[in-house]
Amino acid sequence: MKNPGAIYSLGELASPFSFQQAIDVGSRTPEQLRTLIFGMLRIRLVENRLAQARRQGLIGGPVHLGVGQEAIAVGVSECLRSSDRVFGAHRSHSHVLALGSSVRGLFSEVLGKDAGLSRGMGGSMHLWDQPNGFYGSVPIVAGTVALAVGAGLAAKLQSSDDVAVAYLGDGAVEEGVVHESLNLARIQNVPVIFVVENNLFASHMHISIRQPKDVTARFATANDIPARVIDGNDVIAVTEAAEEAVIRARHGGGPSFIEAVTYRWYGHVDWRDDIDVGVNRSQDDVANWKARDPIARLRAAMVAQGYWSADHDADLEAELTLEIEEAWERAMQDPYPEVSALLDRVYAK
Amino acid sequence: MKNYNYGTAILAAFEYLLDKYQEVFVIGQGLWSPWYVGNSMTDLDKRYGVHRIIDTPVSESACTGAAVGASLSGMRPIVVHPRIDFMLYAMDAVVNQAAKWSHMVGGQAHPAVTIRGIINRGGEQGAQHSQALHSWFAHIPGLRVVMPATVADARDLLIASVLCDDPVMYIDDRWLYSQTDDLPEVREIDLRAVGPRCLAVGTDLSIVASGYSTLLALKARDELAAQGVSAEVVDLRVLNPFDPTLVVESVRKTGRMLALDGSWRTCGMSAEVIASVVEHLAPGELRAAPRRITLPDAPAPTSRILEKIYYPDVDQVVLAAQALMAR
Repeated sequence: MKNPGAIYSLGELASPFSFQQAIDVGSRTPEQLRTLIFGMLRIRLVENRLAQARRQGLIGGPVHLGVGQEAIAVGVSECLRSSDRVFGAHRSHSHVLALGSSVRGLFSEVLGKDAGLSRGMGGSMHLWDQPNGFYGSVPIVAGTVALAVGAGLAAKLQSSDDVAVAYLGDGAVEEGVVHESLNLARIQNVPVIFVVENNLFASHMHISIRQPKDVTARFATANDIPARVIDGNDVIAVTEAAEEAVIRARHGGGPSFIEAVTYRWYGHVDWRDDIDVGVNRSQDDVANWKARDPIARLRAAMVAQGYWSADHDADLEAELTLEIEEAWERAMQDPYPEVSALLDRVYAK
Repeated sequence: MKNYNYGTAILAAFEYLLDKYQEVFVIGQGLWSPWYVGNSMTDLDKRYGVHRIIDTPVSESACTGAAVGASLSGMRPIVVHPRIDFMLYAMDAVVNQAAKWSHMVGGQAHPAVTIRGIINRGGEQGAQHSQALHSWFAHIPGLRVVMPATVADARDLLIASVLCDDPVMYIDDRWLYSQTDDLPEVREIDLRAVGPRCLAVGTDLSIVASGYSTLLALKARDELAAQGVSAEVVDLRVLNPFDPTLVVESVRKTGRMLALDGSWRTCGMSAEVIASVVEHLAPGELRAAPRRITLPDAPAPTSRILEKIYYPDVDQVVLAAQALMAR
């Protein structure tokens, strides 16, 4: 949908019964597609491992899992380089992994260990990996949106063609700073891409009981920012939308807004399904959305092209499982931060 | 004729920083207008360009957040809030983001952002155009809070704040803008080494203050001297992280303490000052119970009759000092 200003409803994009078929992979090479499926499956298996460990009581703090949403981070990251400036929020495991962070660094962080991405000071909700382009995530859901605008503004002042990315959810759009940020980004022509992962829920609340319309891109239109509303479970669609936005930003065209419609398989936090704790999330909904699986749909396309077979499934899963289990074991053995870290990191040295 | 006043000293700091450091830029409301920031930023936009002196939409939250984000990207932004009351919309960027960032990412990144909040009160402006919120900010670990009382500090501590790698709240007060002084060449100082300073030596009591309150303390000291009372004045300068050492030494010497603060009483800076001193002294080292002068715990009024009693003045300080001396 290229003209979201005219859209009053996500329509089929918000329905699990649509978009279940194999995605259109165009002329992508087998290697390109393998990279995408590898990236998505890696995130999924890592997050499933975290779900398991949290359920077992091995992780002390909350984990916000994005299983089902992997195509968005993988598709966007496809178009970025390590000097770009990416910010996330509470559900950011996928964002950081898609940029190339180590699984052990993430696991160690979630466990509060010194070898973690944030040296054990942040946990699941405060991730940092600036060398890979991930400037930080925070659980105040719109907390980094303005920061991303500033990172993009800095790129402009530095005469760099780096771009900034702000990942946010459909709930974050309800916080005022998002609207200030959209306006500021547009009036200053900032190279920033707002990526809204619209998974239809904020915590327990369905978007239909939070907003009069379910299309968050209407706020981009209001701020004169080019927007695309896409199937967030189609990694190629995400890649194409991101490519267009990144090119615009790198060439002085200013901000873009991508609304990627998706669904999270787990509940708001931790491993549970969150059936019936809120409104409009039934067991059937979750099951139906699992049939709109971004990984299965890419796989189906690859099978149809003759790029993929059941053997590949087994190989890939074995390879990833080995990496993940090794990373988990090492993270479990990693040391905790020194006690001095409590006071030593409040200010710069 | 002195070569600077408080406002032009701030202007000189901006000019020094913008001349010398390409990574410095300024963002906030009113920067292209003579209405908002007195004489402290005159013509910066013309001299350095509107790309570096960014006058913004009425978006305190996004502009402050953007400065934090830019500071994580190698810049040293200065955010200007011409009236500190308006920056309450920016609290997430200041308190949740800037102040926490270093700690929560394991000391691997530091938001080197300076947030200039101007106290601009009096003139029957009332509750939302008058606040002094330094005590609030001083409560937040990770945020340095700087309150210059002198013309020299207005310039030098702004430069030190911007060159510091941590987020800094720099709070200046329009009631100080007419102060004048002769300043030497700019000297870059390390903000981490800056703490309270004794501005005037005395033997009978210690008056501890910050910002405009320090000016009141100095004026009261002159009146007290005429009455044969020798008051020492300690200017806090940096409210957080707060180092009470010098204050403790002063009070240990004089045995009497008057904490003077231009914010509210409850949980205000005066309470921190007194508590920090008392917990470091033996009971016998105080010759009188400490006293404090603050704003009354009420929003700023508009009516001139109420406004007159709302803000502490020199007479109040002198009376409180006399009461301390009578003990």
